[in-house]
Amino acid sequence: MKRQTRNTAASQRHITRRGLILGAGQAGFLGLLAWRMRHLQVDQADQFRLLAEENRIKIRLIPPARGQIFDRNGLVVAENVPSYRIMLEREEAGDVEDTIARLGRLIHLDPEELERAREEMRRSRVHPVTIADRVSWEELSRVAVNAPALPGVRPEVGLSRRYPMDQEYAHVLGYVGPVSDYDLGKIEVPDQLLLVPRFQIGKVGLEAMQEDLLRGKAGTKRVEQNAAGRVMRELDRQEGEAGRDIQITTDSNLQSYIHARLEGESAAAVVMDCESGDILASVSTPGFDSNLFVRGISTSAYNALLENKYRPLPNKAVQGMYPPGSTFKMVTALAALEDGDASAEDTVYCPGHLEVSGRRFHCWKRAGHGNMDLSTALRESCDVYFYEMALRTGIERISAMAQRLGLGVTHDLPMTSVAEGLIPTKDWKRSARGAEWVIGDSVNASIGQGFVLTSPLQLAVMTARLATGRAVTPRLIKSVGGVETPTGHGDDMGINENNLRNVRRAMYDVSNNKRGTAYGSRILTEGMRMAGKTGTSQVRNITAAERAQGVRRNEDLPWERRDHALFVDYAPFDNPRIAVAVVVEHGGGGSSVAAPIARDITLQALYDGDPPLEAYPAADRGRIKTQQDNLRNARPHHGAKPSDRA
Amino acid sequence: MSYLDYSVKSVPTGLRKILYVNWPLAVLLAAVACVGFLMLYSVAGGSPTPWMDPQMKRFGVGFAAMLIVAMVPIWFWRNIAGLAYAASLALLVAVEFFGSVGMGAQRWIDLGFMRLQPSEVMKITLVMLLAAYYDWLPLNKTSRPLWVLIPVVLIIIPVYLVLTQPDLGTSILLITAGGGMMFLAGVHWAYFTGVIAAGIGLITTVFKSRGTDWQLLADYQFRRIDTFLDPSTDPLGAGYHITQSKIALGSGGWTGRGFMQGTQSRLNFLPEKHTDFIFTTLAEEFGFLGAISLLGLYALIIVFCISTAMTNRDRFSSLLTLGVAATFFLFFAVNMSMVMGLAPVVGVPLPLVSYGGSAMLILMLGFGMVQSAHVHKPR
Repeated sequence: MKRQTRNTAASQRHITRRGLILGAGQAGFLGLLAWRMRHLQVDQADQFRLLAEENRIKIRLIPPARGQIFDRNGLVVAENVPSYRIMLEREEAGDVEDTIARLGRLIHLDPEELERAREEMRRSRVHPVTIADRVSWEELSRVAVNAPALPGVRPEVGLSRRYPMDQEYAHVLGYVGPVSDYDLGKIEVPDQLLLVPRFQIGKVGLEAMQEDLLRGKAGTKRVEQNAAGRVMRELDRQEGEAGRDIQITTDSNLQSYIHARLEGESAAAVVMDCESGDILASVSTPGFDSNLFVRGISTSAYNALLENKYRPLPNKAVQGMYPPGSTFKMVTALAALEDGDASAEDTVYCPGHLEVSGRRFHCWKRAGHGNMDLSTALRESCDVYFYEMALRTGIERISAMAQRLGLGVTHDLPMTSVAEGLIPTKDWKRSARGAEWVIGDSVNASIGQGFVLTSPLQLAVMTARLATGRAVTPRLIKSVGGVETPTGHGDDMGINENNLRNVRRAMYDVSNNKRGTAYGSRILTEGMRMAGKTGTSQVRNITAAERAQGVRRNEDLPWERRDHALFVDYAPFDNPRIAVAVVVEHGGGGSSVAAPIARDITLQALYDGDPPLEAYPAADRGRIKTQQDNLRNARPHHGAKPSDRA
Repeated sequence: MSYLDYSVKSVPTGLRKILYVNWPLAVLLAAVACVGFLMLYSVAGGSPTPWMDPQMKRFGVGFAAMLIVAMVPIWFWRNIAGLAYAASLALLVAVEFFGSVGMGAQRWIDLGFMRLQPSEVMKITLVMLLAAYYDWLPLNKTSRPLWVLIPVVLIIIPVYLVLTQPDLGTSILLITAGGGMMFLAGVHWAYFTGVIAAGIGLITTVFKSRGTDWQLLADYQFRRIDTFLDPSTDPLGAGYHITQSKIALGSGGWTGRGFMQGTQSRLNFLPEKHTDFIFTTLAEEFGFLGAISLLGLYALIIVFCISTAMTNRDRFSSLLTLGVAATFFLFFAVNMSMVMGLAPVVGVPLPLVSYGGSAMLILMLGFGMVQSAHVHKPR
């Protein structure tokens, strides 16, 4: 090892000087770092401490359990069932596509849902996304068992709404669905809960109308989250309040019987308790599967519902407005009687038509009924008699009586779009139509045609009021959270009892006198007999040309131009318990189509199940037996036991 | 040009050399490494695995390597400087073809027992080469253009190779360390002024090139710069690192949240918490006092290096010691600037603290040569 190192004084000086300059520079930079450290850690410490807490502590809402809905017997008709979904945490999943592929071998993955999940992952890398929603318990177990092979995959449990009797109760209960932007737009200060993704609120029907009671209050919990949004631990929690249970007045057995009985028709029926005003049943057919809406209905299924000419979606029982036809005749008669313009004994001669200010108004019976008093006119539904009554008493009194009986008023029921109907007055016509009332309008109104429109619910209320003389009001909610709501018993309407008795007697004859229009639909059992009234309302004007050719038979017309068939009744006659209204859209004649249905419903309600065959006329019993058997088989929920929870 | 030779006899020999090792410096290095172990234990949630145990073993190996290197006479290191540089260059070229890709960059060669990052090796060998070059170059030629151009080329070649990996952080470190060596060697001020002026021009051009056909940097590099200039523009994306790192630092306050109590790192809000961003965990858990203490340890290491360099009459030893110190300084200065939001996120580890094998080993070898210079200094 020869020459090892060399140095010179000159180079040493150079290095010393430059080294010191570099050292000074480094010291300066260290000072800058220290100053910056102080700035961040001392001067701004509070602010950053706050940010760090915000980072890790999140307030999470605990969605409350929605209140359940029970029928009058305690049978659950809207319940909460556990709903399972599979979440994926990207941070832990590693190879996301690989994990999804492995998951896809275990359970069915909806491609649409997957695409949405991928999109969500692209947008935000830190939050867990839903890979599969509403998976079954079996699928969930399969995922849970294979959890070690599926990093980042995590099952979650929530509550989802289910309607055990979806078709039968679709219109009464409505349904819930995820909050939409449209829903939020309607509320000024939305509950924080509504902002929770996939939170369900009532969309229509009782679910929507009683949303405030059913929803409950959200609880909160403070949780510590990691950067991936995963909850590491719960710091504290404040419990919310579950939604309140609601018991409604309907009887599910009756509801399902009526639903089955009306199957195949576009129809509606309402059954009311005369004593309390309880809606024992409110059915609109066809129904639809309300559970589909909870899940999120597909566009094609929704369009099919919209395009169905029988219109399954609207609740015809309260929303549907129909000309009441002859079922309105009690109103005209009672108006004339109350004001002394006529007495029950007065007779009117019916030649088959009535000439009023140069226009001829026909009776449905071209040949005429001859001499008619109240009882025979109502029994045989003579139009001319009521034309005459309308001329005597005038439209204002008829309207007033209609309103007293619950027509043309909106009944306060927690259902969507409860119709007001239309009971015309002179003022109404002037303001709405811009024309003066003419006498022909009164004549048309007297038999429930022309401008008059009523809903099946209103007809049921009218019938209950006629039967009791009290202003019975409908009630759908029996109790909330176990607290009974006031009944719709109602006070005496102040209508002369004698007049009422005459009208009721005539209604009794409708289905119990051989010449009554609904004699074929009579009830034989003593103490169960019903009083009713048929109605056949035109949905079109009969042209003079048609009349000249002779009236075409209803069955020959296209469906949407046929007459509506109506029937109202109450029973038992001497001790009214229930009132029934049935409307069959474009069903044909009230006596041939609506009356038998109403009779079956009435018996079903009176007997709280299938009535004995002895209640029916002997000739019909064989046919009725078959019908009862068929309907029993068609009702999947028949004989359901009330739950012990209510 | 007169050289002063000195006798080998004045240099300690054999095992006696161990007494001449700069022990305060060695203890300081070990102290910094211990801070690293503590932090790696903490970010693992109070567990020696997966980071603290391997790191301790590596430091043990590194420390032994440092002592072995220190025993070897300094002139040996000077003599092999050229060879070491050539070997590093060869490795850099090799990594282009055989390297493994990690974090979007081609950086290491898997040697089986460890992953070798040639760019790390280059940091030390470049310093060695430049020290040897200026030791050999007659002093009066130092500032002549031709003799200035040679070291510039020697710097540019590895910088170019590293930049294509791509690894902006290491490129900047290499340029700065190389430039520092030239400055220490006494190259005329005018060159530096010129280069700085040219640098400003270049930066302007690079920014002007954005979005054109001849774009000089990759899109992700531009985005990093954007994020650095204004982290709030993309708080969940590219700016996430800087924002979260500042939150962690700031929330430490004076004394910190306490050992293993740092919520930012424990809950994974911090990116790369065991490597590039480990300083934020320290600052969060031990506060300003903890952070400034680590800065103090680093400063002391630099001070010891400068002081031994100043008293060493051997030109190579002086230059090498200052060069290693400058490289070390650049490591922690760039890393701390980065996590404190003073510099863009360029991926430079905190020396001796961040988890990682080759950086630590290379630094310890560098300090081994510093020790060798100390042991073998002319007395």
